[in-house]
Amino acid sequence: MSANDHPQKVSLAAKSPFELRVGLGSHMPEADVRAAIASGDVGFVHSFTSGSTVDGPGVRLVAWLSGCQFRCLYCHNPDTWTMTNGIPVPISRAVDQLRKYQHGLKIMRGGLTISGGEPLMQHKFALKLFAAARGMGVHTALDTNGSLGDRLTDADLETVSLVLLDIKSWNEERHRRLTGADIGPVLAFARRLAARKRPVWLRYVLVPGLTDHADDVERLAAFAGSLGNVERVDVLPFHQMGKHKWQQLGMQYELGDLEPPPHEVVERVCSQFRAAGLSA
Amino acid sequence: MLDISQIPSSITAHQPGYIDRDNEVIVGLQTDAPLKRAIMPNGGFRMVASALKAYGYPVDPVVAEIFTRYRKTHNEAVFDAYTPDVRRCRSSHILTGLPDAYGRGRIIGDYRRVALYGVSRLVEQKRREKSALDDEMSTDEIIRDREELSEQIRALGELKEMAARYGFDISGPARTAREAVQWLYFGYLGAVKEQNGAAMSLGRTSTFLDIYFERDLTAGVLTEEQAQEIVDDFIIKLRIVRFLRTPEYDELFAGDPTWVTESIGGLGDDGRPLVTKTSFRYLQTLYNLGPAPEPNLTVWYSPRLPDAFKRFSAKVAIDTSSLQFESDEIMRRSWGDDGAIACCVSPMLVGKQMQFFGARANLAKCLLYAINGGRDEISGDQVGPAFGGVEGDYLSFDDVIAKFDKMMDWLAGVYVNAMNIIHYMHDKYAYERLEMALHDYAPLRTMAFGIAGLSVVADSLSAIKHARVRVTREATGLVIGYETQGEFPQFGNHDNRVDHLAAWVVTTFMSKLRKYPTYRGALHTQSVLTITSNVVYGKNTGDTPDGRKRGEPFAPGANPMHGRDQHGLHAAAASVAKIPYRDAADGISLTATMVPQGLGRTEHDRIQNLAGMLDAFFGVTGYHMNVNVLNRETLLDAMDHPEKYPHLTIRVSGYAVNFVRLSREQQLDVINRTFYGSS
Repeated sequence: MSANDHPQKVSLAAKSPFELRVGLGSHMPEADVRAAIASGDVGFVHSFTSGSTVDGPGVRLVAWLSGCQFRCLYCHNPDTWTMTNGIPVPISRAVDQLRKYQHGLKIMRGGLTISGGEPLMQHKFALKLFAAARGMGVHTALDTNGSLGDRLTDADLETVSLVLLDIKSWNEERHRRLTGADIGPVLAFARRLAARKRPVWLRYVLVPGLTDHADDVERLAAFAGSLGNVERVDVLPFHQMGKHKWQQLGMQYELGDLEPPPHEVVERVCSQFRAAGLSA
Repeated sequence: MLDISQIPSSITAHQPGYIDRDNEVIVGLQTDAPLKRAIMPNGGFRMVASALKAYGYPVDPVVAEIFTRYRKTHNEAVFDAYTPDVRRCRSSHILTGLPDAYGRGRIIGDYRRVALYGVSRLVEQKRREKSALDDEMSTDEIIRDREELSEQIRALGELKEMAARYGFDISGPARTAREAVQWLYFGYLGAVKEQNGAAMSLGRTSTFLDIYFERDLTAGVLTEEQAQEIVDDFIIKLRIVRFLRTPEYDELFAGDPTWVTESIGGLGDDGRPLVTKTSFRYLQTLYNLGPAPEPNLTVWYSPRLPDAFKRFSAKVAIDTSSLQFESDEIMRRSWGDDGAIACCVSPMLVGKQMQFFGARANLAKCLLYAINGGRDEISGDQVGPAFGGVEGDYLSFDDVIAKFDKMMDWLAGVYVNAMNIIHYMHDKYAYERLEMALHDYAPLRTMAFGIAGLSVVADSLSAIKHARVRVTREATGLVIGYETQGEFPQFGNHDNRVDHLAAWVVTTFMSKLRKYPTYRGALHTQSVLTITSNVVYGKNTGDTPDGRKRGEPFAPGANPMHGRDQHGLHAAAASVAKIPYRDAADGISLTATMVPQGLGRTEHDRIQNLAGMLDAFFGVTGYHMNVNVLNRETLLDAMDHPEKYPHLTIRVSGYAVNFVRLSREQQLDVINRTFYGSS
């Protein structure tokens, strides 16, 4: 396995999760990358952090996998788009890391969150890690844009304690402009989770001019309220903390001058979700 | 301009003073006016004179004559006995902050005894203790004990007189809650009238006082509002305790700390929580009176504390950043269930145990001495023994470890020597007679050594072991710089490859200290604590192999170096929790600075998550956690507009300070320190 050829060169402790990561897995031959994705024996991990309180319930360990098929205009980690920007980590090593934290995670009523990037780009790896977590009695959360939900079987869904479902916009056109992808599969996944009564926290990034339209929020809130499995809505105000990454990567960043939404708008959007009977 | 009284202070030297006589519920000031500072020359007259000079006061010639011609001070005596080795180590800053020119502090009188027994019974007890020695042969030890007991009895008499001037007869026990607080406070006041120890901590009083409050409430002679008012007024008095210190001292410790530490909570040996309504009343003062650094409110945390108290203390910590948390589990199991913290993290059983405080040794500098064969990396002077430094361009782990081991051995010897001299002389020339009168006879004495620069040393050793470290030398061969090639694991990431190196350093230095005998047979202990002095230690230390540059601050206490802990607070705390308490029994300090959003999205989440973190940290082997919940933006704004933030309190390694009173360097250090959850 080529991931083992460079155990010292790419240590997980090497870089801050807030620093840019580029090409850390690009030394792997294409065939090995494909084999890794297909088997889930190796995952491409951008970074991980402990002590997170904003990625699901309690205090959590969060692994950010690299690779994403969305191209969100406001993405604050564009270096996670390319899978081989991440560090190739054998599943056994990821499980070893998780094991070190399991005791504390249980006490802090937290668990393991797999985020990204889009973690379902590497669904086999994610599922293996979730299975290990469940074996330790650790709560699991999947933070996903939902569009690859079909990759999970009904049985797979049972191994995820909570889905953090990011719906970027209710409006089809704005969704496409914002993410470069269609909303259809996202909503299909949301309905499937509802039908299977799997708990969901909805996450909604509030971007001035892009996702703050009262109408869109109203309809999304109505939809989410009708599902019956949305336990909570986290409204995430847009911020500029990812700006430097776009610049460092030499990419065109459209939102460079955008201000975070004013407090009143955040409150208004939260109250729209609340009006639909949701906790926001 | 400070208001200063030049009457050398004692328990009875000053007439009674009041803030607002008719409205004070609890009375008593250190001098005859609030915030007027007294001189306490027994510790050292030079310190007094330079403080007076710094604040624009001419020295009273009579006082100067007495304390330079007729009365020897602790400071003079220590220097009479110091060895050349100790002096060299002091000047080169490998040993710093030693209490050789100021009061050592970190002794907690059991002030509860004044309320519980009244002074007359305490005097009787001390007389009995003294007469029990009548038939003993007059050896050095016995003579000293007899003299000390006589001084204790005299101090108790003066305490009674001091209280009488305020109109109270404290010869008998307190009868009401208000009396109990007043009696107890008189005991503490007597101590801070006579000693300006580096830390003048209060002990563990809230649960004791609750018995009186509860009785008065039940009897219908006191209302809850009145109970809270008594506590508020008491806390106001503790907040205005002041000492005259030099600007240099204040620079080292950031502002004007007194460390009036009060221990709250914890469990009894029988498993019952020691949390009472008065524990809540103490915490409530941070809302009633606003956040403040003093008294240094310290929650003894255990996962077994009642939920309501856990949640309330988490809420207070989030709202005020004025609390610190220490492991009740570790301290109770190690010492017993009636302990208190002196200063920041030093545990002791109240009235049964005291410590000889010893500041700290700079272990990062010690590592550099090992590399340079005992030469100081900044001055080039031969300070340590000339064992022979490293040869060649690259550092070898085995070679450096062997040399470091020998250098620690030497340093430990000099350190114990210095401490023995200091405490011998402190007992002789600046004895804490009232505080010791509120102790049992022959208490357990610990000698509390300390280390600074732990994470710098651990990361440096890790760099040498796991990467390639090339040295740069100046003309005389002195190593002054390091070039590190490759990556190496860094302390604070829950990575045993380096966390075990940190633990090894603590255990090894402790075992070196234990080899040398202590004054009065004190038990050797050690702390990993710097308070704010990590900045000054860094200033006096050259480049280190971990990549830290000359002059850059160390991390405070046992914290990972700034920005090197890259996997969040859970990982950083787990690394710190691996430092073995048995070899750092005077405490291991972790300062966690978080932004509110980093604790959760709602107030409910934040409280629950912080309580969860405390449960996890103290449920394993975590010892101490300072909790700051602040925005980086708030701090930056406070640097530029201090007038907007007069009460902005933050915790720094075991102690709370007013942020706006820190030096600019210290402010920057706090801001550069890892903020959790800020991205």
